[in-house]
Formats: sequence, structure tokens, C-alpha cells
Amino acid sequence: MFVALHSDLSSFGFFSIVYFIYEIEVHTVSLSFLSEDIRMKNEGEASEQPDNTAFTQQQLPAWQPILSAGIVIPGFLIIGLAFLGIGIGLFLTSQTIQVLEMDYTGVEKDSPCFQCTMQSVQNCTCEVTFSLSALFTGPVFFYYGLSNYFQNFRKYGVSKDYYQLTGDTQYFKSPRDVCFPYSHDSKNNPIVPCGAIANSMFNDTFELYQIINGTKKKVPLDGKGISWWTDFNIKYRNPSSVNGSFASAFDGTVKPINWPKAAYELDLTDPNNNGFLNQDFLVWMRRAALPQFRKLYRRITEGDYAGGLPAGNYSLTVHYNYPVLSFDGRKKLVFSNVSWMGGKNDFLGIAYLVVGSLCVVMSVVMLIVYAKFKFSDDDDA
Amino acid sequence: FIIFLLFCGDEKRVDSRTIYVGHRPCPDTEAFIPSKFCDNRIVSSKYTVWNFLPKNLFEQFRRIANFYFLIIFLVQVIVDTPTSPVTSGLPLFFVITVTAIKQGYEDCLRHKADNEVNKYLVTVLEDGRSVKKESEKIKVGDVVEVVEDETFPCDLILLQSSREDGTCFVTTASLDGESNHKTHYTVPDTEKDLQALTATIECEQPQPDLYKFVGRMHIYKPEQEPAVRSLGPENLLLKGATLKNTKKIYGVAVYTGMETKMALNYQGKSQKRSAVEKSINAFLLVYLCILISKAVVCTTLKYVWQSKEGQDEPWYNQKTQKEKDTNMYLKMFTDFLSFMVLFNFIIPVSMYVTVEMQKFLGSFFITWDKDFFDPEIQEGALVNTSDLNEELGQVEYVFTDKTGTLTQNNMEFIECCIDGFQYKHRDTWSEVDGFTVTDGPVNKLQQKAQKNNIILFLRALCLCHTVQVKEAGSEEVLTDQVDGIDEMRPQLEEERGFIASSPDEIALVKGAMKYGFTFLGLESKSMKIKNRENNIEEYKLLHVLNFDPVRRRMSVIVQTKSGETLLFCKGADSSIFPRVKPEEVDRIRMHVERNATEGYRTLCVAFKQLSAEEYAVADTGLREARLALQDREEKLIAVYNQVETGMSLIGATAVEDRLQEEAAETMEALQGAGMKVWVLTGDKMETAKSTCYACRLFQRGTELLELTLRTLEDERLKREEKLRELLQEYHRKAVQDAPPVKAGVTRSWSTANQDYGFIIDGATLSIVMNPQHEVDASQYKSLFLQICQNCTAVLCCRMAPLQKAQIVKMVKTSKGSPITLSIGDGANDVSMILEAHVGIGIKGKEGRQAVRNSDYAIPKLKHLKKLLLAHGHLYYVRIAHLVQYFFYKNLCFILPQFLYQFFCGYSQQPLYDAAYLTMYNICFTSMPILAYSLLEQHISIEILLDNATLYREIANNAMLRWRPFLYWTLLGIFQGLLFFFGVRFLFSNPALQDNGQVFGNWSYGTIVFTVLVFTVTLKLALDTRHWTWINHFVIWGSLAFYVFFSFFWGGIIWPFLKQQRLYFVFANMLSSVSAWLVIIILIILSLLPEILLVVLRKPRGPHSRQVYLSLPFPFWILPFYHIHPILCYSP
Repeated sequence: MFVALHSDLSSFGFFSIVYFIYEIEVHTVSLSFLSEDIRMKNEGEASEQPDNTAFTQQQLPAWQPILSAGIVIPGFLIIGLAFLGIGIGLFLTSQTIQVLEMDYTGVEKDSPCFQCTMQSVQNCTCEVTFSLSALFTGPVFFYYGLSNYFQNFRKYGVSKDYYQLTGDTQYFKSPRDVCFPYSHDSKNNPIVPCGAIANSMFNDTFELYQIINGTKKKVPLDGKGISWWTDFNIKYRNPSSVNGSFASAFDGTVKPINWPKAAYELDLTDPNNNGFLNQDFLVWMRRAALPQFRKLYRRITEGDYAGGLPAGNYSLTVHYNYPVLSFDGRKKLVFSNVSWMGGKNDFLGIAYLVVGSLCVVMSVVMLIVYAKFKFSDDDDA
Repeated sequence: FIIFLLFCGDEKRVDSRTIYVGHRPCPDTEAFIPSKFCDNRIVSSKYTVWNFLPKNLFEQFRRIANFYFLIIFLVQVIVDTPTSPVTSGLPLFFVITVTAIKQGYEDCLRHKADNEVNKYLVTVLEDGRSVKKESEKIKVGDVVEVVEDETFPCDLILLQSSREDGTCFVTTASLDGESNHKTHYTVPDTEKDLQALTATIECEQPQPDLYKFVGRMHIYKPEQEPAVRSLGPENLLLKGATLKNTKKIYGVAVYTGMETKMALNYQGKSQKRSAVEKSINAFLLVYLCILISKAVVCTTLKYVWQSKEGQDEPWYNQKTQKEKDTNMYLKMFTDFLSFMVLFNFIIPVSMYVTVEMQKFLGSFFITWDKDFFDPEIQEGALVNTSDLNEELGQVEYVFTDKTGTLTQNNMEFIECCIDGFQYKHRDTWSEVDGFTVTDGPVNKLQQKAQKNNIILFLRALCLCHTVQVKEAGSEEVLTDQVDGIDEMRPQLEEERGFIASSPDEIALVKGAMKYGFTFLGLESKSMKIKNRENNIEEYKLLHVLNFDPVRRRMSVIVQTKSGETLLFCKGADSSIFPRVKPEEVDRIRMHVERNATEGYRTLCVAFKQLSAEEYAVADTGLREARLALQDREEKLIAVYNQVETGMSLIGATAVEDRLQEEAAETMEALQGAGMKVWVLTGDKMETAKSTCYACRLFQRGTELLELTLRTLEDERLKREEKLRELLQEYHRKAVQDAPPVKAGVTRSWSTANQDYGFIIDGATLSIVMNPQHEVDASQYKSLFLQICQNCTAVLCCRMAPLQKAQIVKMVKTSKGSPITLSIGDGANDVSMILEAHVGIGIKGKEGRQAVRNSDYAIPKLKHLKKLLLAHGHLYYVRIAHLVQYFFYKNLCFILPQFLYQFFCGYSQQPLYDAAYLTMYNICFTSMPILAYSLLEQHISIEILLDNATLYREIANNAMLRWRPFLYWTLLGIFQGLLFFFGVRFLFSNPALQDNGQVFGNWSYGTIVFTVLVFTVTLKLALDTRHWTWINHFVIWGSLAFYVFFSFFWGGIIWPFLKQQRLYFVFANMLSSVSAWLVIIILIILSLLPEILLVVLRKPRGPHSRQVYLSLPFPFWILPFYHIHPILCYSP
């Protein structure tokens, strides 16, 4: 465990080196200082008049700011008002963002996915229905959310082989130790992509239908552009095809234990969305900061639904594969639209409103206090 | 030298040692047992080749930072990993090695210096031959030959001198700072062939008091009863003293090497630690506790949390078999250690480096200061230890040497007063006789004193002394043997050198010379003087009635050519006035008193004509008393008192011991700054007292509490009982009756209250310190200390060097352990310079010993004011702020990381990237505080110098007490919580970009870190009162560098990294409006309380240019007064 820890905290060693450099500097200088002292003693008197510069005499011209009431009170007022403005803007923006959240874990007996939580059921599908009373303005973003799920475990977090993920086939044969125990299968075949993160990739899939007069109309889900542009274009790389076949680049390796299919089969329909450059995979590989998180699944940007989801009934078919109940986790679906500030978040607006009004109040209080004391001050002067 | 004998009286004879002169066995003793004494080697070095490694390592690891490093290193060794012990141990190893090499080199130099002394060749008499020997090979019992201007290689008993009268002259400048010549005497009856001398010396075991020595010499002569001679300090020649005006002497070694009085008075230079460093260590312990408790909390919670089903090992993060097999307790322990390593950044290891750099670089401002440059010696200030810069701002007690420090040790005859007329010597005199009347007498009938009286007065000055004329041929410019540096002594007029045990006498003789009466010398009991008409007058010296501190006068009885017998007497006014006619006294008293308050040393001169009968009586009395075997002293004094009566007063003299430039102003400033000034001197009480008056340490209204041998003389009581009585009386006066002094505010010299001055002398002090009954010791000491603490100034005279150190130590260790500063210029001050928290050496005339052993050396006393009031004050504020800031910034750095553990299953996941963890203390936040700690001037230097009271603002370590520390800690906690939870609430929806994409854990950490770096830097910007271009450069530069670095670090796929977790994280963060907004609001919110405090602390407008010591404002109740004394001031 300390190997892993150390790679994370290698900075400590680094730091000591820098400390050491400083220390050497200090000591060598003091050594020369000492020898100077000796020389001075030997020569009797040899000191020259010290430099008469502003710096050596500590007389550098300096600005001495004074936070006087004359600056601070208007300053507070301006900041306060600005913050109030921003806060109102943020709050109103946040209010306009529509969010639809649905827990589909299936803990309750009457929930649609309850039967999928049984261990025995394979390839379980369940259907979650919901209705919108008004237009859900587009573009609509479709997130899945997990809670009590710790993507930020330290050992989980380092359990991946970056060199594999940049398509370096050397590391396909011998994944890095940090992937252990997800580096080899029981027959000691190397796993690609190795490690706990890849192995635990979220594999529930969803299809969304609008129910129009009893018939299901498929809502097209756009899987492009859900991961960071840099992840897709620069950071992760697929191995180059061998003999024209992408799959044979993975020869001699096995898929992660929990995966139903190998990395090169993640999206057979779109070669640009396959392998390590699969958008869903990339989204998963960016670890969430907190144990309760959501990740972008799809965007609804096409066809009839480019302007949003119209009012009506919808049905969501869930291919339920991902177990979370063993660690008391929850899964949910989130539909949301976004604004310039991102997803819905009231916190920021409220914070700005509070701090803004605080500033305004403080400036008023200070004004009163200052006025009272300023007059007495003037009397003195 | 009777004073020495007085000291001998108290001596308790402990173990004694027996020395065989020349190692010759004595007939009397049954067996000649050559006893083992230590050799004459002087060892000032700290290490030997053998003990260097363990001793040095031990000393280095005593440093808390190194120890901490070692612990962290050991943590990684204990837990078996292939790489980490090397990577973290190597830097530690290097740091330790470099320090060891440096210290080894320094010790090497010390060895070299020791060798120089130890290998010095001296002449030793062995079996009738003179043998050259290395100094270190001198053994106790060896007869050593010393020639003029050589220093004595060990403590010797004087056996033979080249002078006829069996005396020799010695200066002890390097021992006790007295540069005058002292007369030492040979042991009687040894004035013959030293080879035939068979004798033993029995003397006390070595002890450090320079003025004490008791011994006995048994001289065996064939077919005679062994003669016993008592030995006193007047027979002992001390190592380090220099032989003067005597061709050569022979002496027998009694104490050698480390047992000599000089070596016993030398204290090793131990490393001084400043109060700030102690505070740092205390804070460090607090932070260590925080660190450990954080690790304990996390470990405990981890196992509590894991006990829940499914939490320990969810399916997506399974453990390896090895982990599963590990013992639970071992796992807990390793988890604990991992948390320790994770949070170890909270202990700002970089602080030590920064503090050291700050001290080292900061001390240059002292050496650079042109105000400290003395054109006379062409030198500025010297910094020997930069560790104590800030201690200069914390001084509570100043111990100053007198001779050469307060005074220039340059006696000058200023004026005299004859028959009530005051005469001042003018260099450009117009009157024929060189006298100028400057002040009229009390009765205005006469215009001038009678000429006869003037001549009589001058004659008296010429005759009444024990001065000797330096023999021709010897150079007047003396060489200070101790340091080999030429001592610049003013050339005496007319190439005439005088030698005397008191510089006053020389001044008087020289004064008389200026008026035309020149003392030519003493030849076979006849004194010759040259009068104004250039005629030689001859007087037969009949008797010298020596000076002693109880009588406080001395007399001579001379016979003129015409057969008249005259007695001339000079002495302190108090001892002369009762012995002359009262009407004469009235004429002179006024002048004497005025001169005394002006700080001159005054002496009154009287004379008496003795009739033949009177003289005959006196002569027999004196002869009898001299020959008395018992109570010789008492009998002599009785005769003296009898003879010295019925005199007539001729006049008075005023001699000035010139004060150092601005001595009085400096002392005033120090007292105004709340420091207590103690004068510790080896000099006589009268002299020292007048200096104190001249320096305005004692004022006209100061009531002097005297505790000296003189006041202890009491008919009824024993000395110690009297001491107790006096102590209690003074205590009542100065402590109990005094109005209660407000805590923390030292009474200023100018207050209307009765000022007390305290005077104690060395002999009395030794009774106080070592009374006969052990029980009394603590009581005496505490009484003594309490009295002293309530006195505005304390004068300790007749101090041996070690006693000076004892005093310093006593004050240092007294209640509240105040910070002490010693300032001195001579070798006799070395022990107190070393003992005090801060030792200042004056680059004076008495060699460089003090300078070498000091922490700071300045050319003149007057420089002390700026050194303390400006430099010390600023350094203290700077370093205190530096320390507090460092702890604060690391607390709010690591607190979010700690809080993050609650959200990541206690898995030791770092919140920040490794690069940020490393660079935080080194690059992003180090330069602004370093610049601040070098350049900050919260109050400008001029104002600091003008207002000494400002120094009191930072007294008692005001900025590093627990309250400000708590404030800074709470501030750190507040900001840390704010940073973490602010971002935590933002991340309740991690979709922060307008394209709906989500942010991960590294974005989280980067946002927190950005807020952190900006807040911490801006907090410092708020505290900065003095913005030079350097401050601007480093503060804004650091922030710019952070942004630049983050872009750079996240903008490139780094080939040497095994993961690219920060790739484009920073850029992506900046593309999110929400991230910007949360960063801004968190920074503002964190600084809001600070800004409010700044404003509320200082409600007055910027117009007033006053210094505010207290604020007339309700917010004053806010409990932060000590944190920002800087904010109480508006320039």
C-alpha cells in the first residue's frame, strides 16, 4: 500500500530535496561569512564603509496603504451591490434550470426495477415512466447518478495504467502493479484496460421513448461530446490497428472481469467511439470528487427534440446491469438543462446574496460608526 | 590592595592542594608525593575526532525540525517499501552532513586557536637551567620565567622579580577590564637563589573569583624552623594578565590549564536560542498534536466506517489477498502512519528554512547600516549570530559594563577648586599662571585665592599619590598581549608616562603638570617635583598611608628640604570633611556637590603641618602597627585615623571619566523603552556611581539603596545579619511601600514616583548568593531580585567576570524569564556576554575578545539605541508575523485535505495534486512572506527611534503569545472550512460548465487550491504596511506564477509522470463561470473578517500623525489587541 501512497506523496521527498538546497545555500553562505570574519580578524581592520543605497539602508520608497473609512465604506458598498447583482442573476438563472431526477435503484417493492435487484436475474430490463407537464427546454442533458459510491478511494483512483490507455501495447502484456488485483485474470492473462476504475465502468444503458398516443417514439440520444475534449482528443489514445484489425491490437489480453465485452467492442457501430476513446468510458474514467455524483450520459440535441422534451409521457427502458445495493448505493437518472453557470445550483446565488447583503450592512454600520467618531476626531483637530 | 585582604577573610578553607616548588621534595614531609594536577592545556573546542560523530548527530537531531524529518523518514523505513526510505532519507542525510561539515570546520578553527596558545614557548627553570617548553607542558610546581609584556601562561605565585623592591606590575585588562597597572609582591624571604629554595605551597582548590586567593608557603631552610608565609591575591599572577614595566619575574605555577582563574571564568559558547524559536517549538508541538489527532480521528473513523456492511470492500474496489491477510492492528497502524504522511504538511518544515534565510539575509541590514559605521575605526556593525535578530526587540534587562562601554576610560582633570574659587583649565589660557577663574567664591571679598594656597594645592597634587614614573626606554604605546592588536592610547605629554593603580591619580598628576608642577619621580624615598620656575624641589617621603575603601582617603607624609614635615591627604568629600575645619568646608562643599552631580569624580585635598613631636608619635605608631602580627589592619587604620585629623582643606578636584558619545541619551532611550539598565563593573563603587549619575541612570532625586561592604560594617551585628536587616529594610522601601506598578508597564525614568537606585558590590553579592546557611539563599535572592526589579537602575560594582555572569543568570532565570542583553567591550565582559540572551560587544580599546564572543558587535554604545529600538523592533515584528503566517497558511492548506477524508472513505486520498502539495510552500507562498519578513516597516525607522515607548508594544513576546496564535489558528481553521465546504456545496452538482460536462476530483482540489493560494497571498498583502517595489513584485508575481504554472503543468503531457491527472484541469476550471464565481466569493469572504478588523481597529481618519497606544473605540474590546500592534498605529 505504501507504494501507492508514495507515488501520491512523492512530493514529500521532492520537498526535502528543495529544503536541502535551501539548507546548503544557507550554510555555504554562512561559511563564507565565517571565513570573512576570520580574514577580517587577521587583517586587523579592513572593513569598508557600507553601501549607501536605499535598499541597504532600508529606505526604499514605499507605498503605505491605509485602509481608511473613506476607501473601505464605499468599497464595501460597491462590492456588496455588485455581489447582490451577481447573486440575483445567479439565483434567477438557477431557478430557470429544469431538473428531473428519478431514483431507479429498485429498493422499494413497487418500484419498476425491483425485480432487477434479484441476484438471479440476468440481462434484466425495466421500464421507468414519467410525464412532463410542460416543455423541458433543450438542449436536455441526460445524467446518471450514483450515491454512496466512492470513486475517490485512493487505491481505486490510482488503479489504472496510463500507458495502456495511451495505446502503448507494451503495457498490454504487463500492466502496472497499481492495477492489482485487476491486472490479470485467474488464468494470469493481462487485463486491458486494467485496474479498478475501468473494471467498474458503469454499464447500465438507457433508451428513452416518448409515448404518443400509446406508441413509443424513440428519443434520439447523442453520445458525442459528453467527455472532456482533451480526454478524447489528446490524453487517451487507442492502440494502432494490427493488420487493419483494431481488435487484434488487443491480442493476448483479456477484457476486464466485469465487462460483458472487450474494450474494442464498446461501440461497434462507431469506430470513433470505440476502444479507450469510447465517450462513456472516458466519462467514467474521470473520477468523481464526492461519493454522491452524477455523470453525463447523453445529450438530447437531435431531431424533434433539439428544442427540448415536449410535455407528455415518456418511458425509459433501463438495461439494469450495475449492482449497487451490496454497498447500499443508489442509482438515479437526471434530466437537466444547463445555463451559462452550468447545471442547477442554488448555493452560489444564495452565497452571493448573503455576502453581498453582509457587505452592504457592514458599510452602513461602518458609516454610522465613522460618522460618529469622525466628528469627534475633527473636534480634536 | 587591602581590599583583597578583606575578601580573604570570608574564605572558607575547603580542600587545599600542596605544591612542591620546583618539584623538590621537602625535608619535613615524610614522602614526596607528586600529586596529579591537570596539565596546562586550554580546550575551547567542542568535539574531538572520536566524539564528533555521535555528539554532533545528537545535537543536530535535538533540533525539532531535523527530528521530525527523522521520524517521517523512519515511518517510511519501518513500513517496508523498496524506494521511499532512500528518497526521503537522502535529503535528510545531506542536510545533516553539510551541517556536520560546517560545524566540524568551525571546531577545527577552535582547535587551531587552542593550539596556538598551548604550543606557545615559555621558559621554565629545571635543575638550574632555563628550558624552553611548550605552554601546555607546564606542570603545577614548575618555576616559570616571564619577561616584560608577556602574558602569564598559568596562574603563578610570584617568587622573584627583577625589580629591587620585589614588586612587579601587571595589567589585567583581558581579565577584568582594568587597564591600569597593578602591583604584585613577591613572597617575602624568597629573594635569593631559586635553585636553593625548598618550599611547599598550600593553597585552596581552584575557584573562579579573580580577587580571592588564600595560601600558605612553607619555606624550608637547612637547620632552621620552616618559615611560614601567608599568600594572598597580591602574590598571585593570573593567567592572561600581562607583565608590565618589569624586566622579568619568576613564579611557581599553582593552577594550570582549565583550572586557572581565567579558564574558570571562561564559559563555553553555547548555542543561544531566541524566545521566538522557543515559541516556534511550542507552536510546533501544538501542530504536532493537531497532526496526530487528525491522524487518530481519521484512523478511528475509518475503521468505524468500514465496519458497516459493504463499505470496507465494495465489489468495485477489492483488496488483494495480501491486504486481506494482514493483521487488523497492523493495518490500523499503517493507516495511521499514512494519514500522518498525508497531513505532515501541516508542520511547516519550510518555515525553518525560511526563518533561517530571513535571519541570515535580514542580519545584513545591520551590517549594512551606515549609522553603525564609525569613521574612527573604519568599521561598522558585525553580526556573529543571526539567530538572535528578533531577540533585539524583546530586551527587558540591559547589563552594561562601565569601563570602555559607558565611559571612554579616559580620565581627564577638569577643574579644581581652591579656597572656594573654581578654576577650570583652558587650553588657551590668557592669564599668566594658566588659571582662569570661572566661578566666584561664596563670599565675594576676595577675587582670587591666595597664591600660596594655589601652590600648596598643586604641590599636594604632585606629592599625594602612589604614581610611578614610567622608566625611560619603554614605549608608551602599550601592546595588548591578549589579542595582539595595538591598543591606541593617547601619547602622554612630554613623553612622560605614569603608572598607577588608579587612573584618577594619573589624571591628577597630569593635571598638576598642566599648571606647571611636574612630578619627576621617586628615587630612594625622595620625591622630586619641578615647579613653575623650573626648579627641582625634593621631598623626603616618610610614610604613605594607603588608600582603602573604608577610609576612602590616602595620605602621604613628606619632609621638605627645610625640615618641615607635611601631611597631604586626599579622599572622598565624606571622609575629608569631618576631619577639617567646618568653615573651610562651607567654602568648598557647594562646588564639590555640583561637580558630583555632573558626574565628575571629586576628591578633596587637605594638608597638615606636623610638628616634630606629632610626627614622632605618628611615626612610632605607624611602625608599630606595621610590625604587628595580629590585627595589623585594624591597628594601622587606627593610627591612620589618628594622624589624619585636624587638617586644613585646601581644595577639591574634579576629574572626568569621559562618557561615550550619547551615553546618557542612549540610556534614557533604553529606559524609555521599558528596559532596565544594570551597570555591572569591576570598578570601584565611587567611580561607578559617578558614572551612573553622568549617564543619568541615577538622577538627582534618586534614592540610593546601598548594599556594600561599607554599609555592612556594623559594630553590633555580624555581616550577614546586617545584610538581612538591610535587605528587608530596602525591600520595605522599594517594594512594599512603592505604589503598585501596572503589569507590563515598566516605570519610566521620568515618573513622579520616588526613584530608587540600588548599589551592591561583589563581596556582598557573594554573601547574598552563598550565605552561610543554605536556607537563606533563596530568601536573600528573592529579596534581592525584588528590590532590584523595583529600582530604576542597579549598579553592581567590584564584580568578578563570573559574578557578572551570575547576576545575568539570576535575572535570566527569575520569574517570567526576562530577556537579557549584555553589552561590554573587554575580556572581563565575555562571561556575561555569553550568559545573556543577547551579547553585544563594543569594538573598543580593550581588545577584541568581547567582539569575538558577542552575538553582535557595534563600534559605539550609542549604536545600541538604533540596534534595539529600530532593528530589533522591526525584526521581531517581521519574524513573529512570519511564524504566525506560516502556521496559519499551512493550517488552511491542510485542513481541506483533512476534511476531504470524510468524503473519500478515509482512504488517504490527497485533495491536491502532488505538484501543488510540493510547490505550495516553496514557490507559491514563500516569496511574499520572505519579502515581507525582510522589508516590512509597519512603523518607519525614524518614528521608532523618536518614540522609545513603541518598544513596549511588543514587549513580552506580544505577537507570539498564545492569544495571537489562537487567533491565527482560528483564522486558518475558518478559512480552511470555508474553502472546503464552499467548493463542496458547489460540487453538489458537478456539472459546472455550460456544455453540461462534469468536473472530477482533481478539479475540486484545484479550485480549493486556487482559492487557497489567492487568499493566503492577499491576506499577507493586507498585512503589509510598507509596499516597496519588491513587495509588489513578489506578491503579484507569485500569483501570476501560480496561474502560469498551473496552465503549464496542466497544459503538457509530461513524459516522466505515470499519470496525467491534472491535464487541462486548470484550463477547464477557468472555462467555467461558476468556478470563477466561487473562487471570487470564497476569497472575499475569507478576507472579510480581516478587512473588517483592519477598519474597525483604526476608526480615525488618515490625517492624524499621532501614535496611538490605546484606542478610544468600542471595538477595542475585540480580543485581538496583541495580534496587530501595527494596526494601532497610523502614520
